[in-house]
Parts: sequence; structure tokens; C-alpha cells
Amino acid sequence: MPVDNDTVRRIAFLSRLKVDTDKLEDTKEEFNKILNWVEELSEVNTDNVAPLVSVNNESLALRDDAITAGHNAKEILANAPAQEFGYFVVPKVVE
Amino acid sequence: MSNLTDLTISETLRKFKAKEISPVEITKAYAENINACNKQYNAYVTTTIEQALEQAKTAEQNYMNGTNRPLEGIALGIKDLFCTKGVRTTACSHILDNFIPPYESTVTQNLLNDGALFLGKLNLDEFAMGGSNETSYFGPVVNPWSKEIKLVAGGSSGGSAAAVAAKMCAAATGTDTGGSIREPAAFCGVTGIKPTYGRCSRYGTIAFASSLDQAGPICKDVTDCALVLNSMAGYDEKDSTSSKIAVPDFASFLGKDIKGLKIGVPMEYRVDGLNPEVADYWDKAAEILKAAGAEVVSISLPHTKYALPTYYVIAPAEASSNLARYDGVRYGHRVEGNGLDELYISSRTDGFGREVKRRILIGTYVLSAGYYDAYYLKAQKVRRLIKNDFDSAFQKCDVILTPTSPIEPFAIGDKKMLENPINMYLNDVFTVSVNLAGLPAMSLPIGLSKNGLPLGMQLIGKAFDEETVFKTAYQLERGANFVRI
Repeated sequence: MPVDNDTVRRIAFLSRLKVDTDKLEDTKEEFNKILNWVEELSEVNTDNVAPLVSVNNESLALRDDAITAGHNAKEILANAPAQEFGYFVVPKVVE
Repeated sequence: MSNLTDLTISETLRKFKAKEISPVEITKAYAENINACNKQYNAYVTTTIEQALEQAKTAEQNYMNGTNRPLEGIALGIKDLFCTKGVRTTACSHILDNFIPPYESTVTQNLLNDGALFLGKLNLDEFAMGGSNETSYFGPVVNPWSKEIKLVAGGSSGGSAAAVAAKMCAAATGTDTGGSIREPAAFCGVTGIKPTYGRCSRYGTIAFASSLDQAGPICKDVTDCALVLNSMAGYDEKDSTSSKIAVPDFASFLGKDIKGLKIGVPMEYRVDGLNPEVADYWDKAAEILKAAGAEVVSISLPHTKYALPTYYVIAPAEASSNLARYDGVRYGHRVEGNGLDELYISSRTDGFGREVKRRILIGTYVLSAGYYDAYYLKAQKVRRLIKNDFDSAFQKCDVILTPTSPIEPFAIGDKKMLENPINMYLNDVFTVSVNLAGLPAMSLPIGLSKNGLPLGMQLIGKAFDEETVFKTAYQLERGANFVRI
């Protein structure tokens, strides 16, 4: 099922990426080429096959619900593009 | 050998212990090579030579005091996907080009704890997405085997493989999601191993596709791979997928007999477009192992042809989720916008390169409502069939022998590779299944093509059976007698 321009626009917004109007056709074409190729998977019979989510057979380890890190706000903020009073700064979201 | 940087790690350690050479001396020699060659090859994106020389002095003291650790004074290069405390870590992306991690990845910490020192951070495809190192924000790595035309070093760990080949470090760390250690190692005539999924902690390694990503070393030879992997591997409570299975001494397997070992050759790997020279070397590799007493058996991996499409659903899906964190707010590149969504969109659109954006879009699509079952769930089911293929094959054989790549290194900017992304993806045909099944696999050089370019062979083992991979690789290396640059 080939995708159309609207789908590309919608997926781009979900991805929080911008596809310029003049690149829309190219992006759509490339998208369809790749989807067409992965479409090959539909010919494989996967009835009664459970999805493989992880190759790790060991059960996930549980740990104590204890604080093991923290109190390093300064370090965490050191890479912030914009910060003030110990907070990350973003554009106004509430009017 | 007159040149210090020709020495392997095992030889270097011997000479350190015998006080024939010093860590400062050899670190300086590597630094000289970096100064002389890095402009040409573009392998390092950041160097930390002063810091390395300081560490080398400490190493020297430790040899004097007899408190030397397993990799004391060994000069490594680190793929710029591993977070290094206080040293810029970029994933070779514009979105992280000013990021200085406040913490150290577990793998690099393990290496530091064992006395290794770091010469700098190595180039890679942006976020490890690529097979030629051409998607790096810092430009492509040039293969040190290039003649008149500049050739790709392979990817994504192109900087790691080129730096080892050009003797700009003793060994390097790499990561492998679909072949990113093995393919560049093959293209640059060096040796690299992707261990079993779970052997090395992923903590502090910038994530691409978490169910596939695995770190490993790229080295001058098989023995060095064992020594470096010994330090890199180990259980880590900071990575829930890291394995508690005990890590053996990989070096103890080297030189072990392979008499009676069954080497599987999968018939489905004789693909269209397989370079005939690669096919010949594949036969030659089987002959070498036979001569060492192994038995070669034909095996079948029937779902091979579906491995790439499976990979190109699962890897972008995981990537789209992992890369959602780059939003221009807490760290990384930021482009201001009118409102929060616009800030996200502008920062991400400007910060990510073309291939990364392509994969985020595909990944978002296959995970989106209405398409999840048809693509993502389907791919996960086929992934199980691919793993089952290996399980059945390993009933008949102990280790699998295949070429690493169907082709030899190609030119930077190759039209065919760039005009359709799928052409580039097809180069991973022999490597991706291994990641989907979580198995260990090593690439080592087997010989030169008629164009004088290195070709690699791959050995795939059962999960957690690096032993068989190492002992077989050791024999193959002996028989191949490949001469490094």
C-alpha cells in the first residue's frame, strides 16, 4: 500500500521533523521504495509464530527500590542550550 | 619490526613487561601517526593526546611498581558513540556536536580500569546509521588502502577500522547493530568481533536500535580482539539486557585444536551479486580450516533473504523511539521556534542528517496506528524464524563460515550506492542476521582482491560460544597469513 503526500506529512509531524513542500514528492517516492522492499515479508507464513522481542533469555533483574543516583542537577544542566534558576528553559506553553 | 606502531597489543604488553619499550614512547608514536595521517583519513573527530600522555606516565609507573593491569598503557581509539566523561561525544551528528557527557560509558570505564588510555574519539556514520561512514556530520573516513580513488572505510565504525589499519591506535572500540564492526573491519583489512548480545553493557553507548546494538573491539589481529574484549565484556547492573553469564578468558581459546570441528557453509549466502573473488576466497577459507582438521558441512538458513527487510523494519522502529529524546531542550543542538512544537521540529530538522531522518520517518510509520501489525509485528515474527534457522543449523555444525561483505570497498560518493538507499543496505546481507539472532561473529582479513583491496571472512558462533569463534578464527588467520599495511 503506497503512501501519499498527506501520510508523509502526518508521519513527519509525528516524528517532529519538517519535510519541505518541494521535498515532499522525493520523500514520498523514497518512502514507497523502502516500503515496497520490506513488503517481501508478507510472503512469509508466520501463523503461530510468536514475535521475537528480545534475544536475551535471562529474566530481567529486579533491584531494590533505592536511590542510586541524583543530586547532580548542575551536571545535568551543564549541557542545556538554555537554563535559568536551575531549570531548563522552553518557549511559553501556557497562555 | 622497527616501527613501534606495527606491534600488536600482545607484543606490546610483552615488551612493556620486559621494559624494552615504554608506554610514553609508544603513545607518542601513535600520536605522531595521528598528526601525520588524520587529515588524510579523517578517522578522529576529537583527539585527547595530552590526556593520553599523562595516562601513559602513570602506566609507566605502574610497570615500575609491578602494579600493571591487563591493558596497562595500551593506546586505544574510542568510537564517538561511547560517552566519555568530560570529552565531547557527538555520535557524529550535528544535534550532539556540543555534547560533553557528565558520565563514562561502562565499556570505556572497564577499559580505563584495566589501564588502557584513550587517544581520542573516532568518526562513524551519524548515530551509527550507515555502511560507508558517509553519513557522518564530520565527513567520510578515507580507507587507508585507497589508491588513486578515495575509498570508503565501511561503516558505521569506519573511523575505528581506519585508525587501526593506519596505525593511529593499537585497537579501537566499535559498535555493531547490523554489521558496523565487521564490515568496516573487512574493508580496512583488520579484525573485529561483535560478541553475543548481552556480553558488553550498553550503558553510556548512544542508542541506535537497542535490541540489536552490541559493542566490540576492532584490532590488528585475533589475539588482540581476545585481549580487548576481555576488558570490555561483563555484567553491568546499569544495563538490564547485559548478561550474567560468566565471561571466560577469551585469550585462553587461542591456538586450541579445531580437529573434528564442524564448519557450516550456508548455501543461501551464494547470493546474486556476490563478487567472484569473494566466492573464491570463501572456498579458500574452507580449505584452510579443513587443512587444520575441521570438517566442512553444507547448511541451510532458509529465511536469509528476509533478514534485510526484517532489519530495516526493526532497526528504524527502535531508532525512531530512541532518537525521540533529541528535542533541543535538555542538551544538544537547539533552533528556537515559536512555541514548543516548533522548537522540537526546527531543532530536529536542522540537527539530524538525511539518512537519520529517513530512518526516523520509516520507523515512525511502521510503529504508527494501523501499520504496526503489518510491518513491525510481522518483522518481529520473521525475526524469530531467522533465529530458529540458526538454532537448527547449529544442530549440524559448530560455527558458520561466510564472507563478511559481498563486495570490496567502493569509492566515496559512489553513484549507485547514493541514488537508492536500498543499494547501500544490501551490503549488509551477510551481517544483519547475526544481530537479529543475537549471535557472536568475527570478521578477519582473508586476502586481497585483484585490485589490491582487503576482503574479509566472517565466523558466526552459537550464543555465548565466542570460544569456538576465537579458536577457529585463530586457525584461519594463521592459514590466511594476511599482511597488514
